[in-house]
Amino acid sequence: MSSQPHAPKKIPRPNWISTRNPCKACAPLGATLVMRGIAGAVPFLHGSQGCATYMRRYIISHFREPMDIATSGFSEATTIFGGGANLREGLGNVTSQYHPSLIGIATTCLTETIGEDVSGLLHEYREMTAGSKGPTLVHVSTPSYSGTHIDGFHDAVRAVVEQLAEVGASPSAYVDSFVNLFPGMVSSEDLRFLKEVAAAFEMPMTLFPDYSETLDGPSMEKYQKIPEGGTTITALRATPSAKATIEFGRILRTKKTAASFLQEKFDVPAKRIGLPIGVHESDIFFAAMEKLTGLKTPNKYRQERGRLVDSYVDGHKYLFGKRAIVFGDEDMVVGLTSFLAEIGVVPVLCASGGKSGALARSIAEVTTHVRDTVLVRDGVDFMTMAEETELKALKPDFVIGSSKGAKLARELGVPLIRVGFPIHDRIGGQRILHLGYRGAQQLFDLVVNTLLEVKQDSSSIGYSYL
Amino acid sequence: MADILRERERQVYRKGQQQAFQLDCEKQSAAGSVSQRACVFCGSRVVLYPIVDALHIVHGPIGCASYTWDIRGALSSGPELHRLSFSTDLQEMDVIQGGEKKLYAALCELIDAHQPKAAFVYATCIVGVIGDDVEAVCKRVGLEKGIPVLAVHSEGFKGTKKDGYRAACDALLQIVGTGPVEDISPRSINILGDFNLAGETWMIRDYYARMGVQVVSCITGDGRIDDIRRSHGAALNVVQCSGSMTYLAKSMKEKYGIPFIRVSYFGVEDMSKSLYDVARHFKDKEMLQRTQNMVREELQRIMPLIADYRRVLEGKRAAIYVGGAFKAFSLVSALRLLGMKTVMVGSQTGNKDDYEQLRELCDEGTIIADDSNPLELSSFLEEKDVDVFIGGVKERPIAYKLGIGFCDHNHERKEALAGFEGMLNFAREVYGSVMSPVWQLTPRKRGNTLEVVK
Repeated sequence: MSSQPHAPKKIPRPNWISTRNPCKACAPLGATLVMRGIAGAVPFLHGSQGCATYMRRYIISHFREPMDIATSGFSEATTIFGGGANLREGLGNVTSQYHPSLIGIATTCLTETIGEDVSGLLHEYREMTAGSKGPTLVHVSTPSYSGTHIDGFHDAVRAVVEQLAEVGASPSAYVDSFVNLFPGMVSSEDLRFLKEVAAAFEMPMTLFPDYSETLDGPSMEKYQKIPEGGTTITALRATPSAKATIEFGRILRTKKTAASFLQEKFDVPAKRIGLPIGVHESDIFFAAMEKLTGLKTPNKYRQERGRLVDSYVDGHKYLFGKRAIVFGDEDMVVGLTSFLAEIGVVPVLCASGGKSGALARSIAEVTTHVRDTVLVRDGVDFMTMAEETELKALKPDFVIGSSKGAKLARELGVPLIRVGFPIHDRIGGQRILHLGYRGAQQLFDLVVNTLLEVKQDSSSIGYSYL
Repeated sequence: MADILRERERQVYRKGQQQAFQLDCEKQSAAGSVSQRACVFCGSRVVLYPIVDALHIVHGPIGCASYTWDIRGALSSGPELHRLSFSTDLQEMDVIQGGEKKLYAALCELIDAHQPKAAFVYATCIVGVIGDDVEAVCKRVGLEKGIPVLAVHSEGFKGTKKDGYRAACDALLQIVGTGPVEDISPRSINILGDFNLAGETWMIRDYYARMGVQVVSCITGDGRIDDIRRSHGAALNVVQCSGSMTYLAKSMKEKYGIPFIRVSYFGVEDMSKSLYDVARHFKDKEMLQRTQNMVREELQRIMPLIADYRRVLEGKRAAIYVGGAFKAFSLVSALRLLGMKTVMVGSQTGNKDDYEQLRELCDEGTIIADDSNPLELSSFLEEKDVDVFIGGVKERPIAYKLGIGFCDHNHERKEALAGFEGMLNFAREVYGSVMSPVWQLTPRKRGNTLEVVK
């Protein structure tokens, strides 16, 4: 641990009241990402100016892309008299500046606490602007005092699907059989990968959200007010007509999700599987794709799987018994844990700032073959992780998760392998592929090579072969 | 040309095209305009952030603490408490039942664990709405723990970043005047409004040391509570970043009779002038002589190198969008020293005088904008065919998306840009941004063609 003069005194205290170096962000942030994944949409926060600015900054620092978030910009008077006027003015200004096809409104702690009736306000606004070809409006309730950015993300997916779903709509004139895929909060590269897989299976798919282009676009000659890409409103209206929904996220069992809504209301069968990270979880995904399409997994992916397993063999000696702390968003932690467990790394601590209530059970499901103790901690922060690591003498060889674990890794004197969200201290976070055999291949090479580098660097003589 | 919202038309000015100068400013941002501004909390947090031996705890839901964890490149020569993120992380039940008990318990456990010299409690948006008496909790904990525990009233919606600066200064004013002043020289100053980004305060301190000036406290770069306690013993307050700290300086003048001067440490001219102004204030001929010698020495070292950069940068076009307008003045001059033209300049929080001064400083045709937004800024960059854009994190992707060079002049940067050495760093960074070969590949320079270019 740090030898700074003001390093915390080691007070063994299991129940800290405060949150110290949080391993989570707040709910509206996740909602703005979802809205950014809709074609022609502008995310909008109903609350103070600062929320939009801070979240833009946080998201820009990961994706390194423009991320415009509008806000109603509450003042003191707004807080007393209600935000209706600001909301109307804001929607009007966004419409005239951006000409969006949709505005996705999320609330904040302030508007939730003062009890703004956003649904009612939007109803009034629609009536007021009836006749003009204004944007579609959707909204989600995301009180920052409840859950994390991941809850905001999934709640926004559900809210959008609920509010846009129309019986009998088709995603396009030519598609009568398609699948919905709700992947959760994955990288832009992951989204591109999922679209590629669907195309390879010749399966029309509504992927939502889809910020694969809106948050990882090309260099431009002219500034695009709203970047191209995203799930179309037409496709979102048609979700009830899908023949099935696939939803990634083992922890979602405790939540009402877009998939469960479509199943309950429209009898669209929902298949919930874990994030396909590593061989085991990817096998489940590809099996699901085979079942839905009646096609065999394309050769390309079989080969990827074959090469991946071959590399697992090549690298197993450098990994067996190595100890890792895995942290981040709950489903990312579950996926990474499954992957680490199958390559012989012991996930000594699986931790998240999220608290779905389903983390321990989900981790147990993917670590049935692990003989060592796997500590699972939900609703924790980084200082608690550090204390737990010391208290339980976990002695990790590396830490894997977002860049927010950099301080933890530095104090432990072990490498941090950066995956997930956010990655603020490196470029390319949006281009990390986590999913499928190909994603696992990249993660695997990264993990093995990181450990080899530590070994080589700490060797007194250095060496030229493994 | 940009589509400028009707209510913002009077916040954009083009020098030379309109007869009378008029620019609206200090207005609340139009809802839905996608302002680059932050909030009251942001103002308080950035100012107090570099006090390294104090506990900073955000009272509210988690977001505000997450988004400001280790956010500034403000360095410390000792403790690093400021780089940790503490929050009461209010939950739904706290919102219903009130958060005072949680705040009390959180403060007590954190003070016990970290032994800070003081604690700042930032009240965010909902704290007032749910009726927490933060002041009372702070007072109680302060008495029990024997350190100053200060409420910073920084509810995001209660104004702008400037109100946050004021709330931060109000908290500081409760500490100023509580420490011993016996050994303070009559030739002494406080450095106000430098935040020690990339070690800049240390460079400035060194200049003052060479001049023979005692620095009593830095408010708030590499800041220490005990220094701030005795800062009322200094003979002069030297204020940079006037937007955030003038209020503190004025209050200290009223209460303790300490005069203040405004300075800027960016750019050769402003840097030199700052040091001379301090030396002149003390009416000490020897000090003035030492200052002249030092400035000469520094200039002799850096100017030939800057001239090299200038040869390449001559005539290039720059755009500037920063938080406080004061920084923009120095940047325009610094760019001029590099032979560059400022074709667009704007700020989040400038006032009438600031913009008037900018107008005088700038060439014909320059766009001046108050409280701008991404759509306007991108259109200005396109229209003026800018070579380098200078701003902060939220401005960077606007430039980069268009294949335009960018220099970070905000609080996240890792390069020291203040002082003489900083001017050289700035020149080097502008040079590296403008001259990178990557621009030649961008659609803006060569279209989207895949043709092989010889």
